[in-house]
Amino acid sequence: MSTAPAAPAASAATGLKVALFAACYNDTMWPGTPIATVKILERLGCRVEFPRKQTCCGQIFTNTGYAAEALPLVRGFVETFAAYDAVVAPTGSCVGAIRHQHHDLAAGAGDAALTRAVDALTPKVYDLSEFLVDVLGVTDVGAYFPHRVTFHPTCHSVRVAGVGDRPQQLLKAVRGLTFIDLPHQEECCGFGGTFSVKNPDVSIAMASDKVRHVRETGAEVLVAGDNMCLMNMGSVLARQRAGIRVMHLAEVLASTEEDPA
Amino acid sequence: MTTTVPAPRPARPTPGPLQETTPTFVGMPKFPKAAKEALANTQQRRNLAHATGVIRAKRARVVGELPHWEDLRLAGSQAKDEMMTHLAAYLEQLETNLVRNGAQVHWARDAAEACQIVVDIAKTKGTDEVVKVKSMATQEIELNEALEAAGIRAWETDLAELIVQLGHDRPSHILVPAIHRNRSEIREIFRREMHLVGRPAPDDLTDEPRRLAEAARLHLREKFLRAKVAVSGANFAIADTGTLVVVESEGNGRMCLTLPETLISVVGIEKVLPTWQDLGTFMQLLPRSSTGERMNPYTSMWTGVHPGDGPQEVHVVLIDNGRSHVLADPLGRQALRCIRCSACLNVCPVYERAGGHAYGSVYPGPIGAVLNPQLRGTASAVDKSLPYASSLCGACFEACPMRIDIPSLLVHLRARVVDESGRKSAEAKAMKGMAWMFGDYRRLEKAQKAAKLGGRLLGGRTIHTMPGPFGPWTSARDVPDLPTHSFRDWWDARGGSGGAGTAGSPPSTTQEQR
Repeated sequence: MSTAPAAPAASAATGLKVALFAACYNDTMWPGTPIATVKILERLGCRVEFPRKQTCCGQIFTNTGYAAEALPLVRGFVETFAAYDAVVAPTGSCVGAIRHQHHDLAAGAGDAALTRAVDALTPKVYDLSEFLVDVLGVTDVGAYFPHRVTFHPTCHSVRVAGVGDRPQQLLKAVRGLTFIDLPHQEECCGFGGTFSVKNPDVSIAMASDKVRHVRETGAEVLVAGDNMCLMNMGSVLARQRAGIRVMHLAEVLASTEEDPA
Repeated sequence: MTTTVPAPRPARPTPGPLQETTPTFVGMPKFPKAAKEALANTQQRRNLAHATGVIRAKRARVVGELPHWEDLRLAGSQAKDEMMTHLAAYLEQLETNLVRNGAQVHWARDAAEACQIVVDIAKTKGTDEVVKVKSMATQEIELNEALEAAGIRAWETDLAELIVQLGHDRPSHILVPAIHRNRSEIREIFRREMHLVGRPAPDDLTDEPRRLAEAARLHLREKFLRAKVAVSGANFAIADTGTLVVVESEGNGRMCLTLPETLISVVGIEKVLPTWQDLGTFMQLLPRSSTGERMNPYTSMWTGVHPGDGPQEVHVVLIDNGRSHVLADPLGRQALRCIRCSACLNVCPVYERAGGHAYGSVYPGPIGAVLNPQLRGTASAVDKSLPYASSLCGACFEACPMRIDIPSLLVHLRARVVDESGRKSAEAKAMKGMAWMFGDYRRLEKAQKAAKLGGRLLGGRTIHTMPGPFGPWTSARDVPDLPTHSFRDWWDARGGSGGAGTAGSPPSTTQEQR
């Protein structure tokens, strides 16, 4: 663990023009996450822009069976972000959907021009943890967070986007943070988008097991890279008055001694 | 051999399921309803969590031993894709080689035709009973029910299938059909039922696995020695040699495949493998993925008839039963690569909690959720609900030795269900409305104003219950707190760049609670 309080220099990033894809639900419900993302990226020397025309990646429509409704959102995403060097999103789930669904949606609609545009843009879209570790080449982002933390690797971030253990590398480099492994971490929290309301009983059975494992760690903070999964686990923890708060990875990484989260 | 207790003649000559649905699961409720009932079965929850946990760990250990596991997965899936691309040619090659080696080949378009063929052969042999090797294909076509309707008893000889049959039950797992039972339940079933259909369980039977296996062994032995006809499936049917392969653990299969005079094998057309060489790949993939073993104890292979050795009359019934429909879908057809290993069931968090019966098919779990709606269509309540019986966590795809992208298939089938529904449901209207809102950022910003107004009105209070479609959410969860500002508001207030418009009230930057 580093003891350096200042932000490490990320020379690779200096001047890099980065577009933030906030994700519709973060923008609307959890602005703290994209705000934290901007703070981290600027601290590391990036020039961040927020293309105002952005809305939703379309995943909720695709995954519920409404591919036709998702297609215009794919088009909108490409038009909004095509001009940028890199697109950074604080969500492994949406990044996974962009990587693995946008091409199929465009190709499935028989739109060759859109398919080409998707294929050109997709490699430039990163989950925050990937951008920090792979593009900026940092694991110590100069954060300070003196708390006991456990981490749930969300299914889509690991199995679809493929972020690997980058979030854990970043967390373990945070000054003051005690990292506790979450038992059965590879198991889904039970959210699954509309699964949580279409199959509420199975969803809750999964969530209660997940939350039980979280409580077993004795952590005060549960961290993940996707706010929808955190909402699911956090809502059960809140109902149980468990005394564990949930936080997005970005908010932990943005936290400093001067500006604590 | 004679039975110690004459078998009674109830409505069915062998124990039949007590469940409310018909053998073909007609009238099965949709998945969420059946799953809710299954979740309340605490014994089953415990049995499933324990059993799937044990198999998961074993599988992970033996798969981890092979550094070239991904190459094997690729080779296996490529062999299956080759089979599907040239299915007709490989089937004809298989038939030619089977016939040349003395087997008789029958073709069945559907379950009814397949059952009739088997019944007719058994009748020709003048028998009133058959012994059975564990077989998913015969479960799929409801062969036991068809045989019994013709007055022929069908004895399951796989230990777990025997437990299921004696328990008036249905299989709930592809590989471990009685996974929902624990050993004390099995002891109870043996003591209650064995004496009704053959050699009774010993009076002093305990729930020790060794004693239970011994009771089953003695009970089954008389059936093996008596039977004139055996019925099996096949794990693989090799086109270039005409060889059928059965992979098993107990040896009961070996008994059925070698002792009776007549052997009838019911084989799905997707079980054909192009070459003998391919089998090497599959024999590395299948045991490791299914039982978590490097190699299974018994692998039986036979190529037609061998005079003086084994069954002298060998029949192979090749069944379609919906497979051609699956084959017609370029994306959906990858489900036909399935080798019925059950790895996807064992890693599935939904299966682990809901159990197999909720899927309304002999094919439960993730593979069942993509196979049944393709084989049977999406007309019934349960088949419509199966593509949604998943959180799309992706554990199944990761575990599948055939690299079947089950999550993508589920999404594909959800689109089919939605398209077939005519998009008239409340959900379809809501989705359409939401898509319209997301179609232009200015409409999203208007919607955000409503959310912020809600957040200000609530003033930090938490919603514990909600009506309507979000009611299920709040049955065990609170509603996330509504925000008092959006990200856009913050961005505007600090004068950020990135496009039109900088209006908005200066917000605080406090972190929102989820």
